[in-house]
Amino acid sequence: MDHALVVGLHLLHAMASLALVCIGLAVIFGMLRVINFAHGEFLMVGGYAFVLAAGAGLNLWVAMLVVAPAVVGALGFLVERFIIRHLRGDIIATILATWGLSLFLIGLAATVLGYHQQGVAPPFGTIQIGSYSIGNYTFFVIAVAVLTIVALFAWLRWSRAGLLVRGAMQNPELAAALGADTRRLRSSTFVLGSALSGLAGAVLAPLAGVLPEIGATYVVKAFITVISGGATALTGTTLAAALFGFTSQAAAFLSRPVVGEVALLIVAIVLLRLLPTGITGRYFRKAL
Amino acid sequence: MNWIRERANLLAAVAVGSALIVVIPAVAEIYVLFQLTLFLVFAILALSLAWVWGFGGILCFGQSVFFGLGGYTYAIAVINLGESTVPLVLGILLPAGLAGILGYFLFWQRISDVYLAVITLAVSLIFYYLTGASAGSDYRIGTALLGGYNGIPSVPPINVPGFPERVVVYGDLYVLTAIMLAAVYGGLRGLLATDFGRVVVAIRENEERAQLLGYDVRITKLAVFAIGGAVAGLSGVLFAAWGSYVSPNVFSMTFTAQIIVWVLVGGLGTLSGAVIGCVLVQAAMTWLGETKVADTNLVLGAAFVVLVLFARRGLIPGTRSLLAGLRSRVRSAL
Amino acid sequence: MLTRRTFIEGAMAASAVPLVGLRSARASEPIAVGAIYDLSGPLQGFGDNQWRCAKLAIDQINEAGGLLGSQLEVKLYDAQSEMQFYNQFANQLALRDRVAVVQGGLTSSSREVIRPILHRLHTLYVYNTNYEGGVCDRNFFATGATPGIYVDLLLQAAADRWGKRVYVLAADYNYGQISAQWIRKAAQGLGGEVVGEEFFPLDVNQFGATISRIQAVEPDVVLNVFVGPAHEAFYGQWASAGMNQRIPMMSTTFGGTSEIVRMPPEVVNGIMVIGSYYESLDNAFNQAWLPDFRRRYGTDYGYLTDVPIKDWYGWTLWAEAVRQAGTVEREAVIEALETGIGVDGPGGPVSIDPTTHHCFMDTHLAEARDGEFRILQRYQGVAPTNPAAQCDLQARPDTNTMFTPDI
Repeated sequence: MDHALVVGLHLLHAMASLALVCIGLAVIFGMLRVINFAHGEFLMVGGYAFVLAAGAGLNLWVAMLVVAPAVVGALGFLVERFIIRHLRGDIIATILATWGLSLFLIGLAATVLGYHQQGVAPPFGTIQIGSYSIGNYTFFVIAVAVLTIVALFAWLRWSRAGLLVRGAMQNPELAAALGADTRRLRSSTFVLGSALSGLAGAVLAPLAGVLPEIGATYVVKAFITVISGGATALTGTTLAAALFGFTSQAAAFLSRPVVGEVALLIVAIVLLRLLPTGITGRYFRKAL
Repeated sequence: MNWIRERANLLAAVAVGSALIVVIPAVAEIYVLFQLTLFLVFAILALSLAWVWGFGGILCFGQSVFFGLGGYTYAIAVINLGESTVPLVLGILLPAGLAGILGYFLFWQRISDVYLAVITLAVSLIFYYLTGASAGSDYRIGTALLGGYNGIPSVPPINVPGFPERVVVYGDLYVLTAIMLAAVYGGLRGLLATDFGRVVVAIRENEERAQLLGYDVRITKLAVFAIGGAVAGLSGVLFAAWGSYVSPNVFSMTFTAQIIVWVLVGGLGTLSGAVIGCVLVQAAMTWLGETKVADTNLVLGAAFVVLVLFARRGLIPGTRSLLAGLRSRVRSAL
Repeated sequence: MLTRRTFIEGAMAASAVPLVGLRSARASEPIAVGAIYDLSGPLQGFGDNQWRCAKLAIDQINEAGGLLGSQLEVKLYDAQSEMQFYNQFANQLALRDRVAVVQGGLTSSSREVIRPILHRLHTLYVYNTNYEGGVCDRNFFATGATPGIYVDLLLQAAADRWGKRVYVLAADYNYGQISAQWIRKAAQGLGGEVVGEEFFPLDVNQFGATISRIQAVEPDVVLNVFVGPAHEAFYGQWASAGMNQRIPMMSTTFGGTSEIVRMPPEVVNGIMVIGSYYESLDNAFNQAWLPDFRRRYGTDYGYLTDVPIKDWYGWTLWAEAVRQAGTVEREAVIEALETGIGVDGPGGPVSIDPTTHHCFMDTHLAEARDGEFRILQRYQGVAPTNPAAQCDLQARPDTNTMFTPDI
């Protein structure tokens, strides 16, 4: 019984952290059709911003929940303003540009910050479940993921800005004709996606550490998850993250970790074979 | 006018080809040839993606699968057989076969665009994990130990068919690779000039229209993909023979992204661009590794961003439009 | 174009290549030596300090007047954590730069890429990293330690303190796999037991399932052989579950990339490690050596442990052999090294074992404590493992292979 509960919590945590890793990419891909290959590095910058701010004596929660998203949001603003905007939605050009940006950010972190930045220990204590113990921080990660997703849905569904974003996404010409400033909308969407990546990077930093190359461990899974989600990025990514996070962690529980990694990839392949345009290509089309 | 231009292109290709095959080996030192060999091996790989993606319109993020499979097939077979002819052929056929199977899986279900990219990337990563998990003496094929992340070291070189003791290394391997590159380039060019080639391009331009005109889109794409797999496999064979080793890194995200970068730097939709992009990027990385003027990632990353901003379509198309612009400006000045 | 004639010419050119290694240095003309390190890419965290230690040794030699009256001129290449560059640069060092010795490399794959090349091109190779062991090649010398020794000593220390039921976490990597075999053997030898064993691909960073399995098994001690940045995530997750207060942790790899200063003390305090060098060693040599290192490179380099330090030993040992041989010519230097030559250094004296071309060295048991390693015990002159005397380069100098230990 204890064991089942612990396994359940770990599965939940795996799903939540995968969703958290993907959410920023999902916003940018879903709204702008831009695949941001520097996504992993946005997470990395978020992690560094948090660790450096906390190391400088700032309150831990301010550093994590305010500074990291703000820094990466600002980075996103610059990237959109000076790179993405000039590529005018050319998906092939953005692949090369964001890949270049990814290398550049890794190189910058390696040159400026080096390899000996002290990290932050996971806060909170632990909770005992029979003979098992689980860090309370696990619950915090799950909570942040759920809250972020719920807030995003609510914002898109009910706020005026959300309505504009959805409109501009579905039909940019029509939205522009109706007087919406689509250029500003695209810019603010990119900033929002970046800020969410920064938040994710900071929240996961105590559990994953920070290094210039840490982005590489995130970007592949995030890319596969978001695309498998399909055109309706937010719903699709949430579902795909749940499915993939569950599969890989369950396989890791039943067998060895390499089976978990391979299982995730196989499920992604089978899923796309059955639903060639992602989860939301066929179902949930009316979703967000 | 067009006729002359086409002839000029052909002449230029022949001139570059013969310079690569005849002149360079006569003047360059052995370590330069050794390095150039790798650039040309990679150029063949870049051609395979330029063909599949730039002409077939197939957004393949896993071209590394066929390259890696070619390398592993060659390594395992040549260690077992001791003679390189059959392994070389197997190293081309097996990747082509895998591409065929994968193509059937993809095109009959009409998977395309980014979804196809994800599937091919996932296949490459599966190979990465499985070869990576093959450390230890339990994992062997015949006498070849798979070796996990360490890979397979001491892979025997290619030999003159039928003469296992006559090995093709250094200068000879360079010549062989240059010939292969010229053959692949010429072959793909020739293929594009045939009816089949025109159908391929028609499908890229508008899949539905091609279908309405009665062409079988699926089988054409499958053929394009399999040819691309075979070329990538050949490149993998040459890579394993060049370095005497092959490791799971050939299946990694970094490597597969590198192939995409070569093609994009040169310009998607051109064959020469892939070769030039590949050689330029590799030469830049080697130069940075030798001189250490700055962090490689920092310099390359910045260079890619700048390139995209100034020539969104890559070097070759960018240069072409620059030249066209100059020409019209000169003309209007006259 | 591949006519018989060009082919034969090519083959002759290739066979002429070894002659370049025979060049010996004339006085005052600088001696070219080669170094390949990962100064960018994912392995930069290792490569930076490896190169600092190597350069320190080379600078010290040059400042003391050089070797045989000549300065050392180092040709340094950054392999960018990519195997293909090891291949290119090893060929370049042997064929163009015609160096007297090549040192460097980190991963086993990088070593197995360049070792056959340098063997074929008759250029001496010294490899300075802890690795899984087994290389037996007359042209090759290793200053790194192999896991056989380390796990024996660690498990003995664990048995003295906590018990003999050990849970093994290892990278799904040759080093991890072979270490795990040694651990099984060592546990058996002590009458203990491996109660769990898990292998992780290099980019796995979710350890929830593993941690709860360990909690179910309740081992006396956990021994990890993690490799690379993703695995570092383990320590935070282990501490987050409160396990660092419950079950002792040992590692043969922790510390190699300054983890001790990067990770918060409350996460890593108490981890027991083993290695030939820690900055806190109080021997007289280190008292002078470490300040010299800091004077040259500042204090912003992280924390040195035995992986980078071996590069200092590698270069210093080679220089000592050159002095003894009176030439940089390969054969004479190998013979000088094979006399069992030794040098003193910051981690204590190190000397060559002529039989295996590996090293005798002092080894220290240490414990992570508040951003520092506290030395617990010293084992003097530990011999390299050579199971069943597989490798005997004195009796069989033509051996050129990598043995898989028969454990």
